[in-house]
Amino acid sequence: MTTIAGSQAFIGFIYLVASGLFILALKWMNSPPTARRGILAGEIGMVLAIGGTILQLGIEGKLEGITIDYVWVFAALGIGTAIGIPLGLVQMTAVPQRTALSHAFGAFCVTLVGTAEYYLGVNGSGIPAFKMSVLCCEVILGGLTVTGSLMAAGKLQEVLPQRPITYKGQNFVNLSLFAIAIIIAVYLVLHPGAPHLYPIMVGIALVFGVMLVIPIGGADMPTVISLLNSYAGLSAAAMGFVLNNKLLIIAGALDGSSGFILSVIMSKAMNRSFTNVLFGAFGQVAASAAAAQEARPVKSASPEEAAGILAAASRVVVVPGYGMAVAQAQHKVRELYDQLTKKGVDVRFAIHPVAGRMPGHMNVLLAEADVPYDRLMEMDDINGDFPQTDVSLIIGANDVTNPAAKTDQSSPIYGMPVLDVEKSHTVMVIKRSMNPGFAGIDNPLYYMDQTLMLFGDAKAFVSNIVKELSGGHG
Amino acid sequence: MGTALIDGLFVFMLAGFIGFEVIKRISPLLHTPLMSITNALDAIAVVGAIVLVGRHESPLARILGILAVIAATSNIVGGFLITDRMLRMFKSSRPTKS
Repeated sequence: MTTIAGSQAFIGFIYLVASGLFILALKWMNSPPTARRGILAGEIGMVLAIGGTILQLGIEGKLEGITIDYVWVFAALGIGTAIGIPLGLVQMTAVPQRTALSHAFGAFCVTLVGTAEYYLGVNGSGIPAFKMSVLCCEVILGGLTVTGSLMAAGKLQEVLPQRPITYKGQNFVNLSLFAIAIIIAVYLVLHPGAPHLYPIMVGIALVFGVMLVIPIGGADMPTVISLLNSYAGLSAAAMGFVLNNKLLIIAGALDGSSGFILSVIMSKAMNRSFTNVLFGAFGQVAASAAAAQEARPVKSASPEEAAGILAAASRVVVVPGYGMAVAQAQHKVRELYDQLTKKGVDVRFAIHPVAGRMPGHMNVLLAEADVPYDRLMEMDDINGDFPQTDVSLIIGANDVTNPAAKTDQSSPIYGMPVLDVEKSHTVMVIKRSMNPGFAGIDNPLYYMDQTLMLFGDAKAFVSNIVKELSGGHG
Repeated sequence: MGTALIDGLFVFMLAGFIGFEVIKRISPLLHTPLMSITNALDAIAVVGAIVLVGRHESPLARILGILAVIAATSNIVGGFLITDRMLRMFKSSRPTKS
């Protein structure tokens, strides 16, 4: 290890081990019993890679006779840790915006490193065409992910309006922006010595990220977060090409494919294509659907009546949605689960893939409330059981239970796979009022004969049902 | 540069296939923790930033590098921490609490 080649072989070996550990980390994530081992593998890989990098930096510094600035390396690692700890301790309901924010941070790192590499290259020995082209990929993808993720985080945190913001010619403006960025990138590859164009390219990528997420509504967030996850991974992989670092290429490819798979699952669960999510804001269709609405009679019930029906049931399926997260009702729902289970009622949860604001959102919230994970059922596994279900209790979910998706070709969500709740004997829907849901689409389920509307705040209503159940004769 | 590119593309392609096969098998139950752990792993980009800070070849590279190390480290620490918190919550129905 006293030569440059020796130290490079050493770090290469460390990175090889870290790559293996990263792949194992994801492999072990496939089921809850092994998943925590996966975290350990990831952590060991990370510590090895960072430790090895710092060590190799020191060795090379000595061999090349340059002083290594350890003070700032460790200071920055320390500051990052201090910022990371509170970000790791956020409430479970805030996980979607935290995830969006961390996509922004990851892409920010990649974009900054790319920028530094560009100026070092331009002011030094120049940048070969191949390196320049991957560098452009890196900073364009990185840049648009930074601002796009910040916009998504802002919408999820509700500091920005959640409604899609659309205007005429939006797609034309977005595509033109993207095209300009690509043209500049091509020019820079051919003439790397045009440093005044570089900030323009990065600036356009940043603006493009904002424009891309502005027209996307809250209900499409699971797809968008997954897509941004994929972009963050791909930009890191591009950075691996720039630095000729295989560990980065592997980590970026894993993250990129993970985000891609999740966005495919999310789009399928909404029966929409990527391009439709990105370029066809839900807002316009929603307007016409809301206009067609008329006052129709619905049946409603009180907490006492609801408790009576639930206690008399033998099979109950709870369908949670984003409304449950908003009302913070998951702990009360767990109490309801406990009470009913004590009475011998079989209670399960039907989780639609796009329920909530990110993939798997509902599972995490219910797990936090101590609902055993083997009671959480995927859509395909539970849909066949609804005809044998006595009561389906819908809490804060709307579009994912809308039977119009199966029957009404004019519905904006026609073709979307939904939970077949209308096949159960009784359907109970906890809802604030008859206002159409987030996407503004009317739900014919509410007017069906077997449906009872439970009007009120999800948390308060469930808590009243629990009170009735525990105060009863058991 | 030519062979390095081809080597890199080989690695990228194989890792992409492994990613597809491994992640396809992950239960939808764990999609949120999956996203937070891939986020933490992705922040391995920190090694590139550490080299920039350590070698401080220009004042600009140093400042950008420091900011990049901070951003990536916060993702590593926060990402592993929250993934661990989430996974600790997933319990089977065997031990019931009163």
